[in-house]
Formats: sequence, C-alpha cells, structure tokens
Amino acid sequence: MATATTERGALTHPDIEKLSDVNTDILKILSRPGKGWWALFLLAAAGVGVFFTSWIIQLVRGIGVSGLDEPVGWGVYITCFVFWVGIAHSGTLISAILFLFRAPWRQAVYRTAEAMTVFAVMTAGLFPLIHLGRMWHGYWLFPYPNSRFLWPNFKSPLIWDVFAVTTYFTVSATFFFLGTIPDIAAARDGATGIRKKFYQVISLGWRGTDRQWHHFGKAYIFLAALATPLVLSVHSVVSWDFAMAIVPGWHATIFAPYFVAGAIYSGVAMVITLIVPMRKVWGLEKYVTTKHIDALAKLCLLTSLIVLYSYLTEFFLAWYSGGVIERASFWNRLFGPYWWATWTMLTCNGLVPIMLWFKRVRPSIPALWVISIFVNIGMWFERYVIIVTSLHHEYEPFAWGMYRPSHVEVGILIGSFAWFGFWFLLFTRLLPPVAISELKEVLPPPMRKIRKQAEEAHA
Amino acid sequence: MSAVTSVETRGLLAGYDYLDSAVDAIEGLKKAGLKEITAYVPYPEHHIEAALGYGQSPVRVFTLVGGLTGAATGLALTTWTSAYWPLVVGGKPIIGIPAYIVITFELAVLFGALATLIGLGINAHIPDFKPRVAYDPEFSAGRYGLFVEVPADRVDEAKRILEAQEPAELRVGEEEAHA
Repeated sequence: MATATTERGALTHPDIEKLSDVNTDILKILSRPGKGWWALFLLAAAGVGVFFTSWIIQLVRGIGVSGLDEPVGWGVYITCFVFWVGIAHSGTLISAILFLFRAPWRQAVYRTAEAMTVFAVMTAGLFPLIHLGRMWHGYWLFPYPNSRFLWPNFKSPLIWDVFAVTTYFTVSATFFFLGTIPDIAAARDGATGIRKKFYQVISLGWRGTDRQWHHFGKAYIFLAALATPLVLSVHSVVSWDFAMAIVPGWHATIFAPYFVAGAIYSGVAMVITLIVPMRKVWGLEKYVTTKHIDALAKLCLLTSLIVLYSYLTEFFLAWYSGGVIERASFWNRLFGPYWWATWTMLTCNGLVPIMLWFKRVRPSIPALWVISIFVNIGMWFERYVIIVTSLHHEYEPFAWGMYRPSHVEVGILIGSFAWFGFWFLLFTRLLPPVAISELKEVLPPPMRKIRKQAEEAHA
Repeated sequence: MSAVTSVETRGLLAGYDYLDSAVDAIEGLKKAGLKEITAYVPYPEHHIEAALGYGQSPVRVFTLVGGLTGAATGLALTTWTSAYWPLVVGGKPIIGIPAYIVITFELAVLFGALATLIGLGINAHIPDFKPRVAYDPEFSAGRYGLFVEVPADRVDEAKRILEAQEPAELRVGEEEAHA
C-alpha cells in the first residue's frame, strides 16, 4: 500500500500497512496486563485509599481539619478543582475542535485525550463536594422544587459553575462513549469468553452498517459542534467564579480567555505526559508518530505564549491602572510570602516552554516529557497563586492572613492524582486506548485497481 | 448455514478486501434493481454512503429541537424562579437576563447533546441486541461487507454480480430483516 497515491493523509501513518493491522496492534493492548501495569494500578489504588481516608477524616471531624480559615477560605481544594477542570479541556479541544477543523493529526491521540477529559472532570467534580465540608448538603446546589419553593441564586457564578460542570461532564462522557462504540465492537469481534460478553453489552450491538455510520457521523458532528462552545464556556464560567468577585487579583476582564488558554495548555501537557509512556510501553510508534508529538508540542507552545502574555498583561495592568490595592496585590505575589509559588508558576509555565521553540527539542521525546511535567506543576501552582495570594492579601491590613495546607488537604491533593490514575489505568485495559475506526479514516483505503496497477508496473 | 426455505427472499453476504470492489458491487446490484443492501464498513466510508445514496440525516432535527428546548427551559427556569420569589440582590434587577444567559446556554448544550444521542438511537437502531447471522468479525477489522436480500428466484443473478468483484468470502442462504 505504500505505493498508493490516494490523498487521504497517507503520510500521517506511513508504517501501517493494512486496515486490519490497526485492530491487531491496538486490541493487543487489551490482553493480559504486565507487572508494570499491576504495580502502577496497586499504587493508584493505595492513593485512592489515601484520598478517601483523608476525606472521611474531614467528614467526621469537620472542615476545621483543613487549613482553610479567614481570610483564605479557598485553598487547595478549589485549586485542585480548577486544575482538574482545566486538564479536561484539551481532551475536548482535540476531540471536538480539531475534529471540526479536520486536523489530520488528532486521530492518533484523541481517544487518550478524551478519556483524560472524562476522568479529569470526574476528579474535579468531587472537589466542590469536598470543599463544602458538609457534603450531604451538596444537592442544595441544584434547582429542585423544595417545600418552600426556594431556588438557587441564578445570578451567582457558583451556580453557573454547577450547570457548566454538570453539562460538561455529561456531554464529554457522551461524546467519549459514542466515539468508542465502533471500537468496542471491534474489541468484541476479537475477544472471547467473559470479555466478549462485556463488549457485546457495551457496544450496544454496533455492526458498522451503512445506516449506523450515516447517522453516527451526523450525530458526531453535532456533538462536536455543541462541545466546542461548551468547552470555551466551561473554563470561562470557572474564571468568573473569581472574576465576578471584587478581590484584587481576581477582578479582571482578561480572566475568561486567560483561563481557557491555561486550561488547554495544562491539558495538552497532560496528554503528552500520558501518551509518551503509553507509546513506549505498547510500541505505538507507528500510530503516534513523531509528527503527532510535534503537533502536540506546537500546541503546547502556542498556549504557553497566550498564558505568558496573560501573566504579563495582569502585571502590567496592575501597574498601569494606578490602583494602589491592585498594585500591592501583584507586588505581594512576586515578593510577598508566597513568592516561591509565583516564581514556580512563572518558571514552569513561562520560561521552560521557551525550549519548545527549538526544532531540536520538539522531536526529543524525553525532553518533551520532562517539559510537560514542568507545565503540569506550573499550572497547578498558577491556580494556587491566583486563589491563595489574592485572598490572603486583600484590602484591609488587619484582614490579611496566611494559609497553610493541612495534612488532610495534601492527602486529598495526592489522592486526586491517584483517583485519576486509577480510572485511566482501568481504561487502558478495558477500552481500546487508540481510536481504531477513526484512524482507518486517515489511512489510504485498499483499492484493487491501484494494486493491479502497481503489480503491472512491477512486472 | 441453514437456509430458510419457506420465505420467498434469501440473503447473500459477501466480504470484500477492497473498497472499489465493494462500491462496484453495490452499483451492480442497484443497476439490477436489487436495492435491499446493507453494507458493513470498519470506519465511516463516504464512497459507500454515496454509492448507497443517502440524504440528510434526521438526527439534525433532534439536535435543533433539543437545543431550543434546553434554551427555553434555561430561560424559563431562571426568570420564573426569580419572579416567583422576588428578592433584590445587590441592587440588581429581579430578572437579570445577562446572568441567565449562562444557564440558558448550558442547558441548550445539555439538552441538545442528549437529544442528539436519542436521535441517533432512534434512527440508527442503537442499541440492538438481536442476534444476527449476517455479520462477520472481519467487518470491524479491514473487510467491507455487503448483505443483500433478494427474491429466491434471483439468487443466482445476485451471486453473479457479487462474484464479479472477487469477494474474499460469499455466503448464500442467510435470512434476516433489513437492518
């Protein structure tokens, strides 16, 4: 097939010879996991244990076990919430926005990115409940006809956020599952025993008929078209949780685009962090080629520039606006007691990705992986800086105060990574981690006429 | 395969390794007036869709109606609840439309997406757990499948058309409702 001159992006995966190879190579991953997987899985399970133990301690003894107090009422929990919602964003960017733009490199990474989205929102969604303290009142956030017909305040950004995150979880989970159905059917056709039964049920009887594909294609486009404005809205709404308040350091019109860019930035970095080891361990070099990795690196670079620009704008406007409080707030960020967090953020998010400009760095997968880890750390600190340094140093000096995360908060922070990893590891063994049918879309289709021509030319 | 003889139609199942063979076979069948064709494709293939001649998918109506219902619900929920229990917050109007746009938008997307899913299920017959004989595991790997239902007296003709394109496999005698 290498001689085929069909257009269809023959160059995106030059080493895949025939369509059925994709099934063989990808479904192989679903076979018995190795020792490394089990080791990681047990580690993640232990971390989930830490997560729930910490949470239960907080439920039993009350929110006082966290470091949250006046004036810093939002801390690690809200930082984690924003961080995980942000991580989710690049998945939808790759699966929906790049789908509408017909970016030819998205197929190789989109399933991983989308699974990451769903699990990241699942993680993020727990944090408002954790942060509530008395989580059994969590349902008060939703509008329901209670006995006195009291409704939530729909003018509050916190209620907008409930709607945004709930919708985002539902739509991204739907989109993820829908895209996976044809691949689950492929897994079903290759499986035996109990696995076959499992895939039979969750593939919903998909057989890839012309009729199914016809409506599926349309449904997929519409879901992508709905998910595209949704993903931009969700992190905008998250940013308004802050920007609608008059806290210095929060009350800025740049917040929505700044947060959206940051979200995509952190998410792309997380995709790189996840896909690099997957590619290595399962030998997916044919599928996720250096071109794909390069495209991810460029996306990371682009968003890092938007984020850096936003940082500089924030600092510039704090100075240029002449607002004394605003100036003091940003001076405090750089040189106050939380200077280490701010400089970590600036270094990891602003300086380290500058290396991606170099053509020699981008194809180097180890270098890229290390950079992506730096970005993950930097983006967590970005949210910590925005939340904590702004709250601890507001208007009145007598109301200033310090915040230190408690052991419980650190346990939940570490546990949240384990919770995410737990689901992601399960996903890699139960569902095809690379989109089988979508990959075939960009491969040149097998053509009898072309093969005959090639044979004649050869003879 | 056990053929069902009591009914007057019979099914033929062919599997092709090449896309152009499958497309040519579809056109051959259509030319002969055998239009009860189901194609199995491992990925969305526009050539096959074009050969079978599809129009607009009605899924789009579901998306539109769902989205509009969601938007109306969002706007109604926010304005009605504010008017039902009027409470001035921060000196703002009781009904603050700009703030409600967020809820309206989110519900439009939510309802639109769920309606799309329902539309897909109804139109594409998903889920469908009926056991099927006219299927081959190769159809999700790399083979293009064609299932055609023909009157019993035209089986040979259909077989000739399918065989002309050199199928990798051909089964005759299977009986199944058109999918």
